[in-house]
Amino acid sequence: MTSAPILELRNVRAGYGSIDVLHGVNLTIGRGEVVALLGPNGAGKSTTIKVISGLLRPSSGHLIVAGRDVTGASAGALARAGLCTIPEGRGIFPNLTVRENLLMATFSGHKMSDIEEKTYARFPRLSERRTQLAGTMSGGEQQMLSLARALATDPAILLLDELSMGLAPLIVAELYAQVAAIAAEGVSVLVVEQFARTVLGVADTAVLLTHGSVRMAGKASDIGDDVLAGAYLGS
Amino acid sequence: MQELLTFTIIGLSTGAIYAVVASGLVVTYTTSGIFNLAHGATGMLAAFTYWQLRFDWDLPAPLALFITLFVLCPLFGIVTERFVMRGLQGTTEVVRLSVTVALFAFMIGLANWIWPNDASREAFLKFFEGNSISIGGFNVSWHRLITFGCAVVVAIILRIVLYKTRMGVAMRAVVDDRNLTELNGGRPDRVSMFAWAMGASLAGLAGILLAGDQQLNIEPLTLLVINAYAAAIIGRLKSLPLTFLGAGLLGLLDAYYLMISDESWFPQTAFGFSLSGIRAALPTIVLFIALLARPQSRLRVGTAKLRDDNRVPEWRTAILGAVVLVVVVVGISGMLTRSNTLLLLNGFTFAMVTLSLVPLTGYAGQMSLAPLTFAGLGAIAMSKLPGNGSLLTLIAAIAIVAVVGAIVALPALRLSGIYLALSTAAFAVMVSKIVFNQRQTFQTGNITVPVLRVPFVTIDSPRARLILASVCFAILGLIVVAVRRSRLGRRLIALKDSPAAAATLGMSLTRTKLAAFAISAGIAACAGALAGDKVSPQQYDFTQSLPIVLLAVVGGVGSVAGALFGGMLLGGNSVLATIVPTVKNLTKIGPGTIGITLGRNPQGAAAQIGDSFRPLTEQPRLIAISAAGAVGVWALDTTNVISHWSFFVASVVWILAVSPNLPALMAAAPARRAMAVAWLAIAMVIAAGVDWGTALDATGKRIILIIGLVALFGVGAQRLLESAPRMHDSSPDLAGLDRDFDREEIELAEQKIGVVL
Repeated sequence: MTSAPILELRNVRAGYGSIDVLHGVNLTIGRGEVVALLGPNGAGKSTTIKVISGLLRPSSGHLIVAGRDVTGASAGALARAGLCTIPEGRGIFPNLTVRENLLMATFSGHKMSDIEEKTYARFPRLSERRTQLAGTMSGGEQQMLSLARALATDPAILLLDELSMGLAPLIVAELYAQVAAIAAEGVSVLVVEQFARTVLGVADTAVLLTHGSVRMAGKASDIGDDVLAGAYLGS
Repeated sequence: MQELLTFTIIGLSTGAIYAVVASGLVVTYTTSGIFNLAHGATGMLAAFTYWQLRFDWDLPAPLALFITLFVLCPLFGIVTERFVMRGLQGTTEVVRLSVTVALFAFMIGLANWIWPNDASREAFLKFFEGNSISIGGFNVSWHRLITFGCAVVVAIILRIVLYKTRMGVAMRAVVDDRNLTELNGGRPDRVSMFAWAMGASLAGLAGILLAGDQQLNIEPLTLLVINAYAAAIIGRLKSLPLTFLGAGLLGLLDAYYLMISDESWFPQTAFGFSLSGIRAALPTIVLFIALLARPQSRLRVGTAKLRDDNRVPEWRTAILGAVVLVVVVVGISGMLTRSNTLLLLNGFTFAMVTLSLVPLTGYAGQMSLAPLTFAGLGAIAMSKLPGNGSLLTLIAAIAIVAVVGAIVALPALRLSGIYLALSTAAFAVMVSKIVFNQRQTFQTGNITVPVLRVPFVTIDSPRARLILASVCFAILGLIVVAVRRSRLGRRLIALKDSPAAAATLGMSLTRTKLAAFAISAGIAACAGALAGDKVSPQQYDFTQSLPIVLLAVVGGVGSVAGALFGGMLLGGNSVLATIVPTVKNLTKIGPGTIGITLGRNPQGAAAQIGDSFRPLTEQPRLIAISAAGAVGVWALDTTNVISHWSFFVASVVWILAVSPNLPALMAAAPARRAMAVAWLAIAMVIAAGVDWGTALDATGKRIILIIGLVALFGVGAQRLLESAPRMHDSSPDLAGLDRDFDREEIELAEQKIGVVL
């Protein structure tokens, strides 16, 4: 049982309406592993995340978490079972205060006091802003808040979609330092990122997605610039 | 001083009721994004339910209150959310608002059905009727104190629930981002249900308090809520403290106005106009001002939406449709009884008003809840302008109201969506209360609008008026089509699709909106000016506008055919009510029930019906066959071979069951074709061969027969033709030509082309 990967996609096809985006994706995340999902625009990275998080039901194929087939489970059920997804854009509620955003994290079954304590210890800046509307904070602070949910709720799997979007490089580096810290605690992580270089330093394994299918999977360190350039620029 | 205190207490207690109503509105809006126009109707229904339990069945007050507010109201809210509102995610604001209008109409119909207005009933007593307490030398009834207390308690509870509990925070989170709430592990569906349950209970509480203060009457209870809109808007639809403040101010304003308007120095008239309607219009005036004080909303960036039917109407189809419409009306008008002629005429009038919404709501995406107000202004202009109904008078009336429409739209231009809709509602109520009750407008409660004088023809009979109405509708319809096909039409569509993109192209949003409002007001005015009969101000009331907006959306607000369909549905509903007494009560809830289904079919019914006819219209030969059949049936009637009723049944069966199946019939294999032809021939023989005028004794039974025949034979023929074997397994080379590609073929093709690696 312990040898079973924490998450597995088996030949997953999914799409929107009559348009297929994923044409049979196979993907495995081992326990405690950090996997980077790379690929150019429109490769199907975000769709993959949507399928795993339960927001999009695959048209065929299986989603297996910790050895159990959970294809078709609702996003809420998966979240309560320990899957933490930080969606594309900012994974926060802009019209709720920072504290209320943290309160939403308690649906995972953790106590509010624990969540607050962990969050403010890691991100003291959020503590100063606890009564401020989350939407009025800077982009970096908003992304800290969304990461706080991952930090404080101790998930089994963490899905990160485009954490760096619209942020300054310095802040991105800071955020990925936090991701590395979360991974160091043994959390399995799937990171989607357009900027491959930022994420390959953190990841153990990398999966390259093009046109809705996996083109290459291997050790993160094995993926060279030539491979990436080829995939992104189309060779 | 004593007087001031008295009126302050009265004002605060009125304000307390407004506060409870408005807070319910705000709670449902902040938690579902839907502005519930039916909020007041919910309260009304709750008040009646409470009356039933408490005074008719003599339950003790606490038990009756508990059942109403904590069992039935939440249940109602949950059912509404589950079966009506949940289907509305991702639809346009127009559709969402229309569905609440439908709910509104449904509940009023239901209340009229269960508790008929004319029935005498036990009095609705205040809480602790007759008891009062002295505060500062002034007697305050317990009911007022309880009302005030309720508002305070509601304020405290809402504050705690929304801001201190996880459920409350989740309610607000769902509006921000439904998906993210789920990703957090929340249950958005359950949260929405809770929000609607709470909203319904708040509406119920307000309704019961109000019924004790005023009377137990359907309309006033439903409409007093409109006054509370102002409070909700002062709270910007999200801040509860501001909403309560607004409600208090509104109550006080009303009380103080009442106080000073009794003074001798207070003017009763201004410039010869009576000021008596001002008090009733005060809340809507406040609403209008509060809306205008809103910060300018950001221009919406369009997203690719494929749900709207944006097909540009073809001239050929439009002209053909217009001619067919007039010919059909001329053809059948000779057979109709006087009362049916008047009902059909009524349907055309509604259809013209509905048509006024096509350029405004359908094309430009701007919601108006005041189409009938402009029709009323048109009727006044037609009767007051010189010329006694000449064509010039009509044109002048249309022009004047179009200008009024543009002027009214001017302050509202910075608003969009629900705020624009509410500002038109405010305008409609203001006009009803202040303009329509003037000596100069509706002199004795009603006025006679002269019949339009057309050169060479005298229009003196209902039949002539009906034909005139159909001709006018056809002309207006063609004008709307012309607008859609013009440069202005493309601007209107651009305004709806993406205001931001339109603005960046250098298009003036202001002028486009003004044009849309002016055209819409002009068309509505034309409908009013053509009334040709006695009209009363009640006909043009805001509440009468709501069903029109609803049925416009039901019919399909994006097309002229949809307007005709919607208008006829509204007219036809009253037809059904008069000729089928047994289903009279059902027709009361009819429009509402139809509208509630919108959640599943946001494009409207006309679009759907139109789709089934589309293959037919693409083949001129089949159009000819279809038309020839209709003419044939008509000829049988005029030569007295068959009776009027048989004609009616046969033509409906021909048009709805046979014609749409013609294309499939032609394409089918010979054996199948023969079977289907035989099947449909049986239908026509049954429809035309039996004298339904004598075979069935009631119109209701005949209508049920028609529906049955159409359903049985139409769907039957469809099945027969559908099950015909397709020939696609003939050759792989034909894949994609005679049928769609399947998934594997698409992938194979993509690999060959090199799209997929």
